[in-house]
Amino acid sequence: MFDFYFEIPHWIRLVVQGLAVMLVMFPIAAACSMAERKIAAWIQDRPGPNRTIAPILAWVPGIGFLQRLGLFQLAADGGKFAFKEDAVPGHVNKLYFIAAPIIAMIPALTTVVAVPFGAYIDSAGKLVPIVLANVDLGILVVFAVSSLGVYAVILAGWASNSKFPFLGGIRASAQLISYELSMTLSVLPVFLWTNGPLATDAPGSFTGSLSLARVVEFQSQAGFWGGAWFIFLMPLSAFIFLVALFAETNRQPFDTVESEADLVNSFGSEYGAFKWSLFYVAEYAHMLIGSAIFMLLFFGGWNPLPWITLSDVAHFLGFAHLPIVTGIVGIGIFVGKVLAMIFFFMWVRWTLPRFRYDQVMAIGWKKLLPLAIANLVAYTIGIALL
Amino acid sequence: MAVIQVERKPLTFAERTYIPQIVGGLRTTLKHLFRKPLTLEYPEQRPVIPVGYRGVPTLVKDPNGREKCVSCQLCEFVCPPKAIRITPGEIPADSTNAHVEKAPQAFDIDMLRCIYCGLCQEVCPEEAIWLQNQFSMSGYTRAEMVNNKAKLYELGGTLPDSHFKWDKKKSAEEHGNAH
Repeated sequence: MFDFYFEIPHWIRLVVQGLAVMLVMFPIAAACSMAERKIAAWIQDRPGPNRTIAPILAWVPGIGFLQRLGLFQLAADGGKFAFKEDAVPGHVNKLYFIAAPIIAMIPALTTVVAVPFGAYIDSAGKLVPIVLANVDLGILVVFAVSSLGVYAVILAGWASNSKFPFLGGIRASAQLISYELSMTLSVLPVFLWTNGPLATDAPGSFTGSLSLARVVEFQSQAGFWGGAWFIFLMPLSAFIFLVALFAETNRQPFDTVESEADLVNSFGSEYGAFKWSLFYVAEYAHMLIGSAIFMLLFFGGWNPLPWITLSDVAHFLGFAHLPIVTGIVGIGIFVGKVLAMIFFFMWVRWTLPRFRYDQVMAIGWKKLLPLAIANLVAYTIGIALL
Repeated sequence: MAVIQVERKPLTFAERTYIPQIVGGLRTTLKHLFRKPLTLEYPEQRPVIPVGYRGVPTLVKDPNGREKCVSCQLCEFVCPPKAIRITPGEIPADSTNAHVEKAPQAFDIDMLRCIYCGLCQEVCPEEAIWLQNQFSMSGYTRAEMVNNKAKLYELGGTLPDSHFKWDKKKSAEEHGNAH
């Protein structure tokens, strides 16, 4: 049925796949801003944005539901950014000022290539991950590219040529670098586990991999220990990773970068219109990728429940021989989990106040980093003794 | 005054990790997430106006449909921001209300000046001017924000009072029974 697709040149297929992923991710990242407003409203006992509607659509029956959800508000807000005058202040360094939001978008949308987001069962009965580039580098690609996002923040702060954006840029870079250490150290036990003595590959055939798909495979094996998600095996790693993730994505309670009250929106102060919105889409895209990584590493990726894998479900419901159905179900489960994680981000944001900047640094360097190192040492010894 | 030294207990380990507090906070916000909104969706849903609310000043009629204002101009006099302007007029001799003698020819309240103090209502000897429950006044021009007599009666309507002061006075005159 889909044979024609496999006959077109490989590079065109890659471009189509890349565009498809981006066309899904960009709107989800944008819709997160509306979800943020709605969740804020519901937590504060308000209905939230619920009035906007395109007059030409108002007659459609049942469209009131979408109107109440603020869907057209989102479209209006997004459309507004496209039509607003995009002013560049006179005192900025124009090249870097314009480059910064673009540099913010590139790593945010690039990291997705190494993130698997589903799986299907091929004719040989093997589970094949759906991913743009299933490279063995996996998590390293994600960490390396996503940490480039800090350059956008520094560049924006510096190019704005005024003091609050500059302070914000400095804060952001210090915070991102501090928490990156704990974040990387916290996931090492997972990869020690998947490459350690428990790796069940035939001897000699396996030379080690940091692929995220492999981590999910490890969480979908048979048996009590094989099917356990890593959240159960390494709760401390998951906790450190989660805290570092909040800090890396500049979310509350680590929102010292934006700090509306004392830094006037920090590095975004001098930005307006479309360029400003790009920073926010980039932030939400980082959140999406971060949540996706968290779900892959600790919550079993596309497996619906612990000890119940996607292929179990596919065989039970009898669509295992249909790769497309299995793929869509897998992607659906995974996207659902990621969106639940995004909800958690927002839920926390509207619950907790912000840490003071010195507290952020103290938590990062004095608490989280030693904890991450101790965790790594403990698991290293534990895995070596297995 | 006695000084009471309150012992400040050191934080327990659980408190210092801050996690139980975060979980408690999350539970609170989750409860609010599923609660019905406390807000009113304003133009469709209106707030309940409490009794005695001082809204836009209006003129009222008595249950017989007679305009109660006798254009004594006390309200115009007392009005602190000088929002009221009255042009007094005679009631024609062939009218059923001729015994009241006077009524306003024109009665303007400039709502751009009005401060809703209620002194006009307090001072009115005829209970003709009332601050009622309309709270939202808007217009596109300054002229629109001046309530004229017709508008004031439209806003005011009829209040169910049972004094009929002028009717009693007329019957007393006719039947020689000064009250």
